[in-house]
Amino acid sequence: MQLLFLLEQVVNGLVLGGYYLLIALGLSLIFSVGGVVNLAHGAFYAFGAYISLEIAKQLGFGPSVVLSPVAVAMLGILFERFVLRRFYTADPILSLLVTFGLAMVAEQLIRIVWGAAPLPASMPAGFKGQVIVGDFLFSRYRLMLLAVVAVVLTGIWLLLHKTSFGRVVRAGIQRPDMVAALGIRLQPYMTAIVMLGVGMAALGGALFAPITIVHPAMGAEIIIVAFVVVVIGGLGSFWGVVLAALLVGVVRGVTIHFAPAAGEASMYVLMFLVLLFRPRGLLGERIEKFE
Amino acid sequence: MTNRRNVLKAGAAAAGALVLGFPAIVRSQSDKIKIGHLTPLTGFLGALGEYAVMGIKIAAEEINRAGGVMGRQLDVMSEDSVNPATAATKAQRMLERDGATVLMGEINSASAQTIMQVAARNKRLFMSIGARSDVLRGKNCNRYTFHVDIPVAVMVNAAGQALLRDGLVKGKRIFSLTADYLFGHDLSKAAKNFFAANGGTHIGDELVATDVTDFSPYMLKIRQAKPDLVATNLAGNQVTNFVKQYAEFGLPYAIAGFNLNTADAWAAGDGNLAGIWPTVWHHELDTPGSKAFVAEFTKRHGKPPENHAWIEYVSLKIMAQAMNATKSTDTDKLIAYFESQAEFDLLKARKGYFRSWDHQLIQEAYPFTVKPKGQAKDKWDFLQFGAAVPAANQPLEVINPAKEQNACVF
Repeated sequence: MQLLFLLEQVVNGLVLGGYYLLIALGLSLIFSVGGVVNLAHGAFYAFGAYISLEIAKQLGFGPSVVLSPVAVAMLGILFERFVLRRFYTADPILSLLVTFGLAMVAEQLIRIVWGAAPLPASMPAGFKGQVIVGDFLFSRYRLMLLAVVAVVLTGIWLLLHKTSFGRVVRAGIQRPDMVAALGIRLQPYMTAIVMLGVGMAALGGALFAPITIVHPAMGAEIIIVAFVVVVIGGLGSFWGVVLAALLVGVVRGVTIHFAPAAGEASMYVLMFLVLLFRPRGLLGERIEKFE
Repeated sequence: MTNRRNVLKAGAAAAGALVLGFPAIVRSQSDKIKIGHLTPLTGFLGALGEYAVMGIKIAAEEINRAGGVMGRQLDVMSEDSVNPATAATKAQRMLERDGATVLMGEINSASAQTIMQVAARNKRLFMSIGARSDVLRGKNCNRYTFHVDIPVAVMVNAAGQALLRDGLVKGKRIFSLTADYLFGHDLSKAAKNFFAANGGTHIGDELVATDVTDFSPYMLKIRQAKPDLVATNLAGNQVTNFVKQYAEFGLPYAIAGFNLNTADAWAAGDGNLAGIWPTVWHHELDTPGSKAFVAEFTKRHGKPPENHAWIEYVSLKIMAQAMNATKSTDTDKLIAYFESQAEFDLLKARKGYFRSWDHQLIQEAYPFTVKPKGQAKDKWDFLQFGAAVPAANQPLEVINPAKEQNACVF
């Protein structure tokens, strides 16, 4: 009985991992291709949530989940063109500072536009409720969320591994100089990657708004988890991020099962242990430009 | 030539002064009564702090429009208290350099505690407005601090009376979730005492870190425990996240909690909130004072006031009344006035007063629950507020900890 319940926590952790993945994967892509730790990534997640609420008022829940990421991806073009592009070859500390500053500006902007008080958000009544499989309890909404994550994940994987776009991006991660020597400009690819990354973060924001509090600091909260996932998974590895997200979800769930007070600390302990034995992360590749 | 040079110098000096601001120098030349006001404007209590500033501003404007205090205008200097250490630094600077006569504000219990120490060191008055932890008015109390918001024991009693009425305590199995910091632990202790005294069985109490946003592992644990009642001792964003996810998972057990600010309740969203909760004030109170305040606030901000807007509003009015009555801003005279248990209009049915031996404002509290579906007129209107606790025929003191339960000695 106790074992079964532990297994239920593990499965729930896997679902939760999917939830982290949407944010972490974009962060990892931008990091791998551009060499920039985008600390403003959480801001796009928050924008995704706030914009989806505005759209939902007019058009309802469904369109809001689709249109909000599209709008934020457009914002991503400006972000890449006018901010990130200047820092690909600069000292990493500069991009760290700039994106950190931008995250604070974005948070304050949300405060000015929408107010500091958290905004109400809910899902259509039909999505609420539980699904019992065997003796395991699931939230119906989270199962749908997991399906969306799976679709997005498959799409990204196909894009990176089965298209010429993906080949250039993957080559750009390892040897940007060689890509340039072949006469391919990486910049438009980088714009597309940033759009994709912040769009995924916004999709996360729009999808999580009905189940977590929508407030100005929500971006700052999620970026920490996403960053931990990317570090554990390792740079440049698609499956590393997937594995790390699921692992963080499971470790957190199991820790809360045995020692609830330590639940949030568990992912940092995990990061510490992984880095101790595998400094590049679980599946991290050796990337020459970062060595 | 010299003339021109002087003009340039003066211009540069003026520009420099503008850039640097020199608030202390400019302010000290006026004859205003300055009030140092600290409240969290960022972080997990930032939303409540925003309401706090809105509330105290309305009070200051009303007082100043009516001629001020002893013919002098009030100047409320509001700043973000950020965290306990910064709060103390700012409080000291406000007293030392900015010419503040008294300190007011705070919501975060830990920050209120450090400001209390600054007040005691400088022998100046601090009106702690929104902090609810028991230790502030108990073990760590001091003579220079007065507490306006209700302590956790009152919150537990206010919601607890409604739980008893609905038969959710006696002989019932109760499962708790508790915020893992000073305030949550205080709340949990008071709640356990209440359940034990009223025949409830406590079958579990899980600690929840303050930065938890996902409650799904706790939902599984609740289902495993199969309680009759889920009673929460959570704080701030935690409560909103919890009730949203409780609705998401569709668990069938009754829920209640001993802390939920109205702003956090409103943020839960349509159809997500359920259960019984306490509050210190609400915007539907049927008194002329509350109605006028709600109308003024709604006119300005396009939304009804939250309990933190109300409490800051009445706190400044209390301070003004004390200064007018003593014709002074002297710390000792103000303390003596408050300790005389003078009564204050709190915009509630009954007036309140500061208890002389622990400086706690004694006042009514209210339980609230959620209106049946379809009865809300707008997105602010889904809460159903109950009658005041204690009942009209009981003294206000009965819901507060008695002297032997409270360790305060000045």
